[in-house]
Amino acid sequence: MEKNTSCFFSNSSPNLVITCFVAFITIILVRFLYVIYRTGKPLNKRTPQQTLSTLIVLGSGGHTAEMINLLLVLQKDRFTPRFYIAAATDNMSLQKARMFENSLADSGVKGISAEFMQIYRSREVGQSYVTSVWTTLVATAHALWLMIKIRPQVVLCNGPGTCIPLCVIAFIFKVVGIRWSSIFYVESIARVKRLSLSGLLLYKLQIADQFFVQWPQLQRKYPRAHYVGCLM
Amino acid sequence: MGEARDGVKVKRVVFVTVGTTCFDALVKVADSQEVKDELYRRGYTDLLIQMGRGSYLPIKSTGDDGSLAVDYFTFSSSIADYLRSASLVISHAGSGSIFETLQLGKPLIVVVNEDLMDNHQSELAEELAERKHLYCARPLTLHQTIAGMDLNSLVPYSPGDATPVAKLINRFLGFPEES
Repeated sequence: MEKNTSCFFSNSSPNLVITCFVAFITIILVRFLYVIYRTGKPLNKRTPQQTLSTLIVLGSGGHTAEMINLLLVLQKDRFTPRFYIAAATDNMSLQKARMFENSLADSGVKGISAEFMQIYRSREVGQSYVTSVWTTLVATAHALWLMIKIRPQVVLCNGPGTCIPLCVIAFIFKVVGIRWSSIFYVESIARVKRLSLSGLLLYKLQIADQFFVQWPQLQRKYPRAHYVGCLM
Repeated sequence: MGEARDGVKVKRVVFVTVGTTCFDALVKVADSQEVKDELYRRGYTDLLIQMGRGSYLPIKSTGDDGSLAVDYFTFSSSIADYLRSASLVISHAGSGSIFETLQLGKPLIVVVNEDLMDNHQSELAEELAERKHLYCARPLTLHQTIAGMDLNSLVPYSPGDATPVAKLINRFLGFPEES
């Protein structure tokens, strides 16, 4: 009798495993297609929210200055709590972000909630693309850790390489149902005729819900982008 | 050469900035006799160079011998005050430096760093030069640009506006429009 039972199990468990696996893959695929379909479509107005937790990706050079410029015109009571992430080697950006949040407090804005975090960089400026593969993997693992903690509903980014792992993870969170987010990308004002690498990736992979460019030449070249004029 | 009524010479400062980068080619050429003579000829009295991470050190000069006074420093937490007191700004092509200068309404020559690998910076400088908001030069052509520039022909830059983006973001998220 025991021999029969063991035969029964050893015959059906591979099938069971395969069935489960196929079902899992199918669910993920359907979910993936659903996310692709919904990317870029405005949020359902039947469920408007009062506040949205917001991830703000900062970068060296002009990126942080441009981002602060955008934050100035966004309603702080809607985009809260705010999480600022900058690359570990970027010394100035978090400082500028702290100054910005302090200036909000000084001007009487109530209920300010902001956190400041550093993330390992995918790639340093000038780093070879070959070694960048490993550093990007490390950065992605770190990004995953941070994203699980934050689970933002809005992601704002404007070009630094640090935003790629974060946006990809935000997208994956949408697929597996951890958190639905709206991803906004504003290409830097310094990009007039060609997109940055980050911009190109997010545009082609259709990960960003809305993709903004500041010069008309880019809007002509990338028609799914919104031309919004110069922010600076 | 711009003397005020009480005989004190009016300072006209040329401020050179390379931001947080290393741009020895610009610092060197700004400190070159050719460029300094040209600036002096055009009525400037002082040359102040913010040299960033570069290794070339300019030669300081008090300018008492009837030439340009030259001074330099590496970094500053904010160059806004230096920009404000300058009569002419010569800057690397970083967007932060460019827009900070344009927003202060200062005449600007942007010098593109040809040693940078992926030189997307030149796109911005060239576009703004086409729109006549600034002059664009290479290190080797800087003295010609200074000689031939007509600062009165520059078009003032109107500051940008981030509210179109904010509107689109709010609309996408379903937030009501502000009145």
